[in-house]
Amino acid sequence: MNNFWGDSLSSFWSTWIIVITLGTIGISAWLLFANRKTDKTPDAEGNVDTTGHAADGIEEYDNPLPRWWFQLYVGTVIFSLGYLVLYPGLGNFAGLLGWSQESQWEEEVARAEERFAPIFAQYQEVPIPELSQDAEAMQVAERIFLNNCAICHGSNAKGGYGFPNLTDDAWLYGGAPENIVQTLTNGRNGLMPSWQQLGSENIENVTQHVLSLSGNAEDAERAEQGASVFASVCAACHMPDGTGNQALGAPNLTDDAWLYKAPDQSLADSVRQTLRNGRNGHMPAQAAYIGEDKVHLVAAYVYGLSRED
Amino acid sequence: MSTAFEHPTYNYKVVRQFAIMTVVWGIVGMALGVVLASQLVWPELNLGLPWTSFGRLRPLHTNAVIFAFGGSALFATSYYVVQRTCQVRLFSDKLAAFTFWGWQAVILSAVVTLPLGLTSTKEYAELEWPIDILLAVVWISYAIVFLGTIKLRKTSHIYVANWFFAAFIITVAVLHIVNSASIPVTSTFSVSIYSGAIDAMTQWWYGHNAVGFFLTAGFLGMMYYFVPKQAERPVYSYRLSIVHFWALIMVYMWAGPHHLHYTALPNWTQSLGMVLSIILLAPSWGGMINGMMTLSGAWHKLRTDPTLRFLVVALSFYGMSTFEGPMMAVKTVNALSHYTDWTIGHVHAGALGWVAMITIGSMYHLIPRLFGRTEMHSVGMIAVHFWLATIGTVLYIAAMWVNGILQGLMWRAVNPDGTLMYTFVESVEASGPGYIVRLIGGLCWVAGMLIMAFNVYMTVRRGEGARQPIPQTA
Repeated sequence: MNNFWGDSLSSFWSTWIIVITLGTIGISAWLLFANRKTDKTPDAEGNVDTTGHAADGIEEYDNPLPRWWFQLYVGTVIFSLGYLVLYPGLGNFAGLLGWSQESQWEEEVARAEERFAPIFAQYQEVPIPELSQDAEAMQVAERIFLNNCAICHGSNAKGGYGFPNLTDDAWLYGGAPENIVQTLTNGRNGLMPSWQQLGSENIENVTQHVLSLSGNAEDAERAEQGASVFASVCAACHMPDGTGNQALGAPNLTDDAWLYKAPDQSLADSVRQTLRNGRNGHMPAQAAYIGEDKVHLVAAYVYGLSRED
Repeated sequence: MSTAFEHPTYNYKVVRQFAIMTVVWGIVGMALGVVLASQLVWPELNLGLPWTSFGRLRPLHTNAVIFAFGGSALFATSYYVVQRTCQVRLFSDKLAAFTFWGWQAVILSAVVTLPLGLTSTKEYAELEWPIDILLAVVWISYAIVFLGTIKLRKTSHIYVANWFFAAFIITVAVLHIVNSASIPVTSTFSVSIYSGAIDAMTQWWYGHNAVGFFLTAGFLGMMYYFVPKQAERPVYSYRLSIVHFWALIMVYMWAGPHHLHYTALPNWTQSLGMVLSIILLAPSWGGMINGMMTLSGAWHKLRTDPTLRFLVVALSFYGMSTFEGPMMAVKTVNALSHYTDWTIGHVHAGALGWVAMITIGSMYHLIPRLFGRTEMHSVGMIAVHFWLATIGTVLYIAAMWVNGILQGLMWRAVNPDGTLMYTFVESVEASGPGYIVRLIGGLCWVAGMLIMAFNVYMTVRRGEGARQPIPQTA
């Protein structure tokens, strides 16, 4: 018909909503007007005499409705009818202003884009290593990091149980600018399978072997016995020397970074648990939330974290 | 309970039982509130145990204060008022006794299941399906007892207090049954029959009408009896009662969507929730005016009668929170207030200032009469309770206003580059002082309730001795 009518509801339901809305407002207004006046006259105290019935000794005056209250009521009804003319409310009628929460959101985003996009666009051209030295840019980037990344990686970026530390040199997927941009843009999914089927004897041996790679073995004999299983099962991803593979996100087992060591857990226990149950790491993709310009800026911030003096 | 005070006509036994449990559950529910307020200041107080964590105790607190404390008060007063104003005994003593024991069973089930983490996850309707069914049966029995008593009445008119009680009982039955409809999976787990935005809308249709009918209409019924009784004045305006009663119950039904502004709910639904919330202002205030104006010619009684003071201050807080509610339902205000402590403050202005105060005032009128006395053991203790409750409420809501506006403004503050000025955790940190003030307010309330419990105990004990006439002291 025209722009004022959407089509999200069938005409029956649209009509139904209009009728019961206006009906409810109409009946409550009628109720008000119908009971407005009393034909009885007030007594000496100014009260209109009682209705004549008493309940457990309680009588009731029949005073007229207070004028200010009556006007307040009428005022809210007029306001509401005006609102329903201007804004969506009466079924499919979209309101004369054409307002919706979606359009309000889009306008606000467009206004913000117009105002703030140039600020971020200017950083887009600067290479990440150089940008990470720009103090002003990094101040902006830090705010984005605190509001979007700190919830998992911590406000000091040192991570926690299951969340990588971004300030050290251990990179699951690589620490080069393009690796970080990739991680931020599309996210990452890390999967360590469960090796329960190896049996507890083998798991114990492999645990000691893994610990031996970083010089933490508790039982040299078992570490030795675990070498062959490691070579046949683990080396495919973690490499024969245990240094890992950043293309797969397979961690380096020879360094001191342990993503899944809980604070109250021994290193051996955490490795055992990983072997038995496997692990699932998930870094959500950020491009859809913060946009490419901000990904570039945050990538520079993360790049700079492990390279601070 | 002693049978020494049996009234020749009326069933006072069930009223006495519910009245005593009102005080007991009031202390339990509010003490839980204090535990939760403390956990927000010192999170270690969750003791690191699942059963004592905030997420499990919070629904126990809300269920305890709304349904255990408020519910017992409504049962007690509605059974008392309907008998006295209809001049007839309750429809069925057995069914009335069933509502008492059934209601206590529902509450005890909540005390066990909620800390165990068994929940339907619907706010103020967390109980799982077997308890929901018990609750529905108890509630329908309540409706039969109450409406049956009205049917048997010896008076020609149905007194206004009974309109409100009846509307509250009938509507809560509908709300509870519709919103709790679910498909049982195991004996302790079920899935709502609604999904997505419809589930959310059904929940808040229920949630807001729990406020509107349980916490407003029911307690207005209480107000319409105990205010004129305690003031010994006629009700101000019968026609105002008619207009605001019908308008209130007709319009409240629509207000739920204001809990879901700027969400997946369609635009038209949100607008209707907003405008009908605004229209609700005048019908809500009708009850306040009728209560307040009933005191004209009796204002001097406030100087000497702390019970009447409870009732009047309750009406003031009722007026304040029913103004605040429509204002918060306006979308632009809601955009600031939603998800902040302001909402918690608003709820407690109603829950402490209105519901608890009108209940306590009514209990101080009711309890001595139920136990064969003319007055509470100590009027001075009522006065102390009154000040603790008033100061506690003011501290609570002022702290939450400050926190709410602070949080709302911090969340929307942006730097010149468009990034957020504050992280969420900074707004939590800034809320700390407000949480301490709120805790102090809550402690005032619990202290007041303990004084009430002592006063009630002394009144009942002295009443027990009243089988022989007792000399009137002071």
